[in-house]
Amino acid sequence: PPAHSRNDWIGPPDKHSNLRPVIFYVPPEESPLERRLREARQEAQACNQRFWARQNCAFHQEKEEFIYSRLKAKGLEMRDETGQKATLNAEEMADFYKDFLSKNFRKHMQYNRDWYKRNFTITFLMGQVALARALRWLRWKKKNVGN
Amino acid sequence: GLFIWHLKSTGIRQVPCQFMHLCRVANDRLITFQYFTFLKRMYVTQYNRDLSQRAKPKSDSVASPFRELQQLDQEKKVIHKIRPISPVHQPLSETTRGNELRETKSAAETAEAVTPVRAESKEDRQWKEMKLRLDDLPGILARLSKIKLTALVVSTASAGFAMAPVPFDLTCFLLASLGTGLASCAANSINQFFEVPFDSNMNRTKNRPLVRGQISPLLAVCFAASCGVPGIALLTLGVNPLTGALGAFNIFLYTCCYTPMKRMSIANTWVGAVVGAIPPVMGWTAATGSLDAGALLLGGILYSWQFPHFNALSWNLREDYSRGGYCMMSVTHPGLCRRVALRHCLALIGLSTLAPVLDITTWTFPVISLPLNLYISYLGFRFYRDADRSSSRKLFFCSLWHLPMLLLVMFTCKKSFLEKEDKGDLLGGNHGRAMEIRLP
Repeated sequence: PPAHSRNDWIGPPDKHSNLRPVIFYVPPEESPLERRLREARQEAQACNQRFWARQNCAFHQEKEEFIYSRLKAKGLEMRDETGQKATLNAEEMADFYKDFLSKNFRKHMQYNRDWYKRNFTITFLMGQVALARALRWLRWKKKNVGN
Repeated sequence: GLFIWHLKSTGIRQVPCQFMHLCRVANDRLITFQYFTFLKRMYVTQYNRDLSQRAKPKSDSVASPFRELQQLDQEKKVIHKIRPISPVHQPLSETTRGNELRETKSAAETAEAVTPVRAESKEDRQWKEMKLRLDDLPGILARLSKIKLTALVVSTASAGFAMAPVPFDLTCFLLASLGTGLASCAANSINQFFEVPFDSNMNRTKNRPLVRGQISPLLAVCFAASCGVPGIALLTLGVNPLTGALGAFNIFLYTCCYTPMKRMSIANTWVGAVVGAIPPVMGWTAATGSLDAGALLLGGILYSWQFPHFNALSWNLREDYSRGGYCMMSVTHPGLCRRVALRHCLALIGLSTLAPVLDITTWTFPVISLPLNLYISYLGFRFYRDADRSSSRKLFFCSLWHLPMLLLVMFTCKKSFLEKEDKGDLLGGNHGRAMEIRLP
């Protein structure tokens, strides 16, 4: 993002986590409240990034392993004569999806609780910051009008 | 189209203008069928794109881009929301048939995914400033509130209103529709607010405004509040408290029960079906002020319809659901998924037969709707037996036109209010008098 920008910038989805990274703008006269908000958002972003990158990589890796083991059991190779990657049909993959979902259930439960907490905190902080800014602007307006 | 047709028809006395009625119905049906073929093509395109993208070599980005439905929308994504409409917010569907209310969730949501993907796939790779642009705001809010899904919800509510055995009150109808629409916008916005990281990871939903940072979570919540509070107030004060209570309950059910439950247990589908069933009940209570058997029957029909619709949609999204951690029947209990879909297709036949028994429609309704319901049950059976992509897609697409068609037929077979009053007079006049008292 350009140096003169006074806003946050959001980028394209990450390769592993599919989440869009945000570069936060740090204003020179950042109040403690605003700093708390920014740090909360950064922390949430990092946490989300870690979780989803790990989940997605694990998913793809386990999917490959599953396909490989199933193909081996069927006596086939990973690539057929034409060099195309061999895949299993949806019904066979269904076993894997079911398995993956149940294996990761507890992880998801914990992540959900975590995410909801963070989301509410961040939004509440945003509200506080917006209110503080509005009050500051009103006070500035009154001062100017007074002058 | 549907609105205008409703308004025109309420003035019609059934006996003399029966033929004209049928003509108009046939025309309307043709139009909607054409629209559905159009939606179908959009869906097929989206599906094909999803398919071809999934087959891409691994060197490309690991999670190649492709739901409501659903969740749904499409999410027609429909598509979104579906779904549509989206809740699908832009492009083709909106500009060409902006007022067409015959879209379903998934249609809307999927359609939503289609046009933004086409228009913005290049811009997607760039860094964007997180600044709210006022001219983008209407589009962003439309996508946030899943406007097409909302339109569908409002149309089912108006179907409930139209089926109620009372004289048609335009102000009440408009207030009820507006209130329901606002409540739906609020619920959808909160749903998107809760689901940002999950939506990012699913093909169907990754172009939503909060995911793309086009709007801040604070603004999303404020928008939801500014839609929900006036919406419920409008329903409670402008229509009646019962409708307002139902609206508030539905918002709560959708945002605080269904949305978290999607990640906790497969029971979310049943809760979601109730969420879908409440709007027609709201329409009915808006018209009559009371929760009678007719309202529950309409709710029941929509409740049963949700299952073949959603189960068929979710059958092809199993990979995304599994990776994203969503607990859906199609992933964990595939046999149950198909059984439930079939069961509820058959239930639709039973419910349609119940309609004349409860004096809502004439006996022509079960007769005319039987082919419709048998067809969807047949597709439901094929889905149950074959359990593959093609049968699930056929069932899903059928559900998209089946519901509007069923509601349309129901409306044309509605027992005339005057007829009922005459019957009441025949029975000694007490019935008729009681009805008179109820009228304002």
